Amino acid sequence: MRLLVNGEEREVDVEDDMPLLWVLRDELGLKGTKYGCGIAQCGACTVHMDGVAVRSCQVAAASAAGADVVTIEGLGSPDALHAVQEAWVEHQVAQCGYCQSGQIMQAASLLETNPEPTDDDIDIVMGGNLCRCGTYPRIRAAVKTAATKLQEA
Amino acid sequence: MGRLRTIGRRTFLIGSTAVLGGVAFGTFMAARPHANPLTAGLAEGEAAFNPFVKLTSDGITLIVPHADIGQGVQSSQAALIAEELDIEVEQATLSFGEPSPAYYNTAFAEEGVPFMSFDDSTVAETMRDVAGGVLKLIAIQGTGGSTSMPDQYEKLRMAGAVARETIKAAASARTGVPVDQLKTANAAVELPDGSTIAYTDLAADAAKIAPVTKVTLRDPADWKKVGKPMMRTDTYAKSTGTQDFGIDIAMEGMVHASVRVNPRKGGPMNSFDATAAEAMRGVKSIVPVKNGVAAVADNTWRAIEAVNAIDVDWAPAPYPAEMDGHWEEVAASFTAERLDQEWRAEGDVDAAFDGAEVIAVENRAPYVAHQPLEPLNATVLVEGDCVTVWSGHQMPRFVQQQVAGIAGVEADQVTFINQFSGGSFGHRLEFEHIKQATEVAVTMPGTPVKLTYSREEDFVQDFPRQIAMSRARGVVADGQIKALSLDIACPSVMSSQMGRIGQSVPGPDMQIVAGAWNMPYDIPDLRVRGYRVPELGPISSWRSVGASHAGFFAENTLDEMIRAAGADPMEERLRLVNHPVHRKVLETVAEMSNWGEDMGPNRGRGLALVESFGVPAAEVIDVTMTDGGIKIDRVYVAADVGRVIDPVNFENQVQGGVIWALGHAINSEITYTDGMAEQTNYHAAEGMRIYQTPEVIVRGLENAEKIRGIGEPPVPPAAPALASAIFDLTGERLREMPFNKFVDFV
Repeated sequence: MRLLVNGEEREVDVEDDMPLLWVLRDELGLKGTKYGCGIAQCGACTVHMDGVAVRSCQVAAASAAGADVVTIEGLGSPDALHAVQEAWVEHQVAQCGYCQSGQIMQAASLLETNPEPTDDDIDIVMGGNLCRCGTYPRIRAAVKTAATKLQEA
Repeated sequence: MGRLRTIGRRTFLIGSTAVLGGVAFGTFMAARPHANPLTAGLAEGEAAFNPFVKLTSDGITLIVPHADIGQGVQSSQAALIAEELDIEVEQATLSFGEPSPAYYNTAFAEEGVPFMSFDDSTVAETMRDVAGGVLKLIAIQGTGGSTSMPDQYEKLRMAGAVARETIKAAASARTGVPVDQLKTANAAVELPDGSTIAYTDLAADAAKIAPVTKVTLRDPADWKKVGKPMMRTDTYAKSTGTQDFGIDIAMEGMVHASVRVNPRKGGPMNSFDATAAEAMRGVKSIVPVKNGVAAVADNTWRAIEAVNAIDVDWAPAPYPAEMDGHWEEVAASFTAERLDQEWRAEGDVDAAFDGAEVIAVENRAPYVAHQPLEPLNATVLVEGDCVTVWSGHQMPRFVQQQVAGIAGVEADQVTFINQFSGGSFGHRLEFEHIKQATEVAVTMPGTPVKLTYSREEDFVQDFPRQIAMSRARGVVADGQIKALSLDIACPSVMSSQMGRIGQSVPGPDMQIVAGAWNMPYDIPDLRVRGYRVPELGPISSWRSVGASHAGFFAENTLDEMIRAAGADPMEERLRLVNHPVHRKVLETVAEMSNWGEDMGPNRGRGLALVESFGVPAAEVIDVTMTDGGIKIDRVYVAADVGRVIDPVNFENQVQGGVIWALGHAINSEITYTDGMAEQTNYHAAEGMRIYQTPEVIVRGLENAEKIRGIGEPPVPPAAPALASAIFDLTGERLREMPFNKFVDFV
């Protein structure tokens, strides 16, 4: 089947029900998207599908065909970070960093639909993204910084 | 010597090694350096001044051997070397290095000797030196126990200074300019005329001379990096999805494996039927492993699907099948036969209790899983007599030994390449996943095998934090605590953990009472005893280890007594505290939180102080009663580590430690039924999420004599401080974690 990932058409030969997560990681080599739980409890596998944040462990490969899939690798480029990534660097959010691709994808999606999120908005939307290291205070601060950056841009 | 021998006869431990008898051989042997592992692979014109700094014409490599499990220790280690070497960290390549005795960690000695952390008597210091000498001799290379900074603080700065002075000597020999007229900055030597020679241009010259070892470390007042806010070396990669972890290893010809072993941990597998699994797409083989079976496929998902399709008959658990059986065994352990050690005996508690009104309280701490977000994984390649292992692990040399035993080779034929870890919290001190990957890899020499646990397998195979119980009695009078007896019973985590790698642990286990026996209070009649419960299910070190239960017991008990006495939790602790560094920590957190202010209606405030890993950490927690339950508003933390290496990462570590502790204290436990953990994914044991997270305000103090690590010490005070706050709010004393069994949280 053909998938559109980060603006590129990719041909993969996989089962219809293979989760998009594993297509990205093991078939396409896009390892920035992480496996954490496999049951949509941690958010480490969050990617954008047609602009909406989804848990790629819950998206069957077949249902991703035809959609515009963006992963952390396609969010910004090393030379031009996305505002959310810039904020993540400025606040030095990451500890182990394993959940942060998913956190960043979720935050970028949040700011796309809600440019000025309140604390409660952040807590609700980011509530599905687990961080075992407990970087939440920095995530809150970085989301706000990113919101400001995007508004000034 | 007579006194020393008396102390020495009290058996005490460092990891698996009884230091008893260490006095005889430790000091002499320990003075001999281990061989530098960097010299073996050195080409002509390349210099390795010590095990930590390598210089070639192409660049500078810094070896930062402590594992980075998210605590940012790669950055901190590199900064310590760079501070003296006069380079920017970005100018060097950083490597975890290979396993080597040269990367011995002597800082475990601090936690291994039975002296108060602030006891700087000759006896205490001598025993620490002896223990450190033994650790150097047996060369345990390990990350854990918040030891990375204590271990490396001087060693790495010295390594940088030796390299710098040797490079200067090489520059002096080449130019004829005396060394004392040379300066260094920005990875180059500066000559008096203002011209510079890059370090890399001096590599071949430096390689020809013996390292200059007579060096003096710089005055901290002159530091440019250490102690200042830093940018962690991994921040950029971890913000762009480009940081590779062990689970991201990929190489030509690699196959993917996943495993299921008996969920009744340690029990054998009776039989299995893999007929269905063998027919699944991409499945290459089914490999029995110890107590279980692995599926090998061409993709991780296919391997997990296949292994889950295997029909297995598991044998019963070698421990009680239900929780009641576990708790009964713990409760039955407060006996003379199971007394592990009386750790503290001041005054005469029994006399104080005689005829007095005695308050008796019991506290409990459950099993809790580690569950870092990166599932356990290991990649193993067997080629002839050589084995290569890629995985994130805290004990590299033990990995070599464990793999060697399975592959039938010598430990030095095992190459271990450490990886960044997606969290650990003690989980990556264990070896099962690496052993299983090796069992699979030996069946397919020449093919790299990456074994990945499913989250469910990771949960059910997690060796959790120990369950524990305390029984305390106390006497209060005149608004003061007069007497306190605290008995704590739990299985020995050291014995369980070391037993799995074939090492016996003689003597008492200080972790049974860590954070309790050393409570920094002068109570006239005070006794703390540890009781050893015979091993139940397997258990393992969980961030802050013994202090995670014993610190909770000590402070929750103390707080209950203080409130029963009608005293103020802060004032009574300040009255009792017996060391100026600890007093300052309390005073600081009082000032930060404006302790004593009117909290207003529906609010509560609590306090706890626990010393763990030599760090006194005090926390004040504010809570509010809302319609949706108790909301944890704010946590104030003051902790003294002697020297803060990076204030930014320090704050992040403390915030994370508090959130770790609170999340598990309110939400999480592992329970067994039919011998199996009932919690199999994060929906059942998630720790804390962002919507429950309080604001965490942090202050690092630098009054203590010695430098200490901050990874674990913020954990122990959080649960008792919250229990104290909830009591202040509701009048109900919570004596068992997780608290959500008794109260609702927002």
